[in-house]
Amino acid sequence: MIALLMRDLKLALRAGGGFGLGLAFFLIVTVLVPFSVGPQSALLGKIAPGVLWLGALLACLLSLDRLLALDWEDGSLDLLATAPLPLESTVTIKALAHWLTTGLPLVLAAPVLGVLLNLPGPGYLWLVVSLLLGTPALSVIGTFGAALTVGLKRGGLLLSLLVLPLYVPTLIFGAEVARRGAEGFAVQMPLLMLAGISAASIALLPFASAAVLRVNLR
Amino acid sequence: MSLKVTDLSIARGGVPVLEGVAFTLADGCALILRGPNGIGKTTLLRTVAGLQPPLKGAIEGAEDRIAYAAHADGLKPTLTVAENLTFWASVFGARGIDAALAAYQLEPLKDRHAGNLSAGQKRRLGLARMLVTGRPVWVMDEPTVSLDKEAVAMFADAVRGHLANGGSALIATHIDLGLDAEVLDVGPHKAKPAALDDFDGDFL
Amino acid sequence: MSFWEYANPKKFLTTTEKAMPFLWVTSGVLLVTGLVWGFFFTPDDYRQGSTVKIIYLHVPAALMAINIWFMMLVTSLVWIVRRHHVSALAARAAAPIGVVMTVIALVTGAIWGQPMWGTWWEWDPRLTSFLVLFLFYLGYMALWEAIDNPDTAADLTAILCLVGSVFAVLSRYAVNFWNQGLHQGASIMRAGAVTGTDTEEKVSNIFFAPLMVCIVGFVLLFIALVFYRTGTEIRARRIKALLVRERVEGAG
Repeated sequence: MIALLMRDLKLALRAGGGFGLGLAFFLIVTVLVPFSVGPQSALLGKIAPGVLWLGALLACLLSLDRLLALDWEDGSLDLLATAPLPLESTVTIKALAHWLTTGLPLVLAAPVLGVLLNLPGPGYLWLVVSLLLGTPALSVIGTFGAALTVGLKRGGLLLSLLVLPLYVPTLIFGAEVARRGAEGFAVQMPLLMLAGISAASIALLPFASAAVLRVNLR
Repeated sequence: MSLKVTDLSIARGGVPVLEGVAFTLADGCALILRGPNGIGKTTLLRTVAGLQPPLKGAIEGAEDRIAYAAHADGLKPTLTVAENLTFWASVFGARGIDAALAAYQLEPLKDRHAGNLSAGQKRRLGLARMLVTGRPVWVMDEPTVSLDKEAVAMFADAVRGHLANGGSALIATHIDLGLDAEVLDVGPHKAKPAALDDFDGDFL
Repeated sequence: MSFWEYANPKKFLTTTEKAMPFLWVTSGVLLVTGLVWGFFFTPDDYRQGSTVKIIYLHVPAALMAINIWFMMLVTSLVWIVRRHHVSALAARAAAPIGVVMTVIALVTGAIWGQPMWGTWWEWDPRLTSFLVLFLFYLGYMALWEAIDNPDTAADLTAILCLVGSVFAVLSRYAVNFWNQGLHQGASIMRAGAVTGTDTEEKVSNIFFAPLMVCIVGFVLLFIALVFYRTGTEIRARRIKALLVRERVEGAG
């Protein structure tokens, strides 16, 4: 398992691995927001938590179509399916690698981008906490979507269509935590819901992803 | 423990291709699959490897004993030869890769990126992967594609060594490897139209 | 005789073909009765005026939008557990009907909302939930369309339906939480009008009877459409199977 994780991280970091693309996308989207809504700092500060959450979510989505498709194309997935590692573990490791290379950098970058959008002071902590709790769910749900569309030639667009509705609850609770945090309200309730969604997704979705992958491999 | 296949029917893309396939592959033996293109040899191998369920029939002695080599080698172009091999070795439970590198004369290429290898060299690396799995049953689909004469000899030697160690091999190939192996022609097992009834019969 | 016998495509076709004329006629009669009764023979609501009459389309469509997804969930489960082709095809056949029902619910909701709330669209939890449901339907149908092999498509969409159902319910709660709904009062009144628990119970009852007729009409119309569309899917599969057989016979 560790071997698979290390390989995926290595692949992401080497040339052409796409590491940093999601981060760059996140930066660009954030920079474009003031251009489209205007430079008033009060307005930007108000929408900052939501914009940052949406930007992080789209940046996560961006790299999903490579998550399993590359291993599918070069035959690794067939070989992994016949390896001693259960497919459930394989997809979990894949999701973990995706989170480490995409989700975690986004979490770390979010406060910096918060400065650009004039995020109010108390918001930083809750923005980071909510992203830290929410991005693993985004990776796991995304892996499910990637497993559904892995055999398809033009799977990228379909992948977005399938995954985005599944992202709705995570986005709502995650952005709610960040927004309430920024406005100084109690965050306990949405925070618990967000943590619950993440925990349940991580625990249960790998079984669905593995089942779907088995269907696609046959 | 031998690999035993009885009365196997398989489908590709929802259409039955082979039926009534049966063979026993004892330890230390090799079986060569023959048959025209498109008859379903790849599908048969994938079924034996457990990647797809059979329509009918049983496969015994395959569970956790099979190493499968497909058309694609599962190599990552940005990893070196040694890294590619080490990865598969540790997935299958950490064995040394030196013997495998030696068997296919890959030591000089050890630190090259797999993306810079020629097709034949990639294939050799893909075949070397079989040696690090430690699995007793090799299931191989056209393993000699893009190999030159010397490389084919290396492959035949590797298979012979594997068989001598009590392993077995199921190989779909058209060339003569000079192995002491049985040959199974799957041509006569081509699914008859009636086999469709097992599959889509409800609709007919 | 077991219920599962109807899972045989041929048995399904012969049985549904017998039921079809009855279903078409009954649903047609009920819908015409319910709508005419509702539109022309019930009084205007004392607060909402004649706009309230859109409930005869809005409420049945909204109910069907949810129940059709639920039916797809059940048939998907049956496919996963028992692998009856008819079940998977019925789920496939139901999805476009569900989408149409969702759109009807959304559009009539907007038309109703315009005079009531003064806006075509309000991010009310109910409306938002239906929008999300609409997206789930779209994804489900797109996945069916994208995959060639019918059994692979059936397996994948069935699992998507299962996972999607969980997330759809989660979304419903999330949306409720996200916007407690300035217009909750209107929603309750709508709910009250359906169940007859409104304070204006007499008025509600007048609306209630034709509404029930409409709902039953919608349900029967849906059953007829699903039977019809499933029959079409079965025939398409049959043609495919026959073509394959012909090809195999020709080759061999």
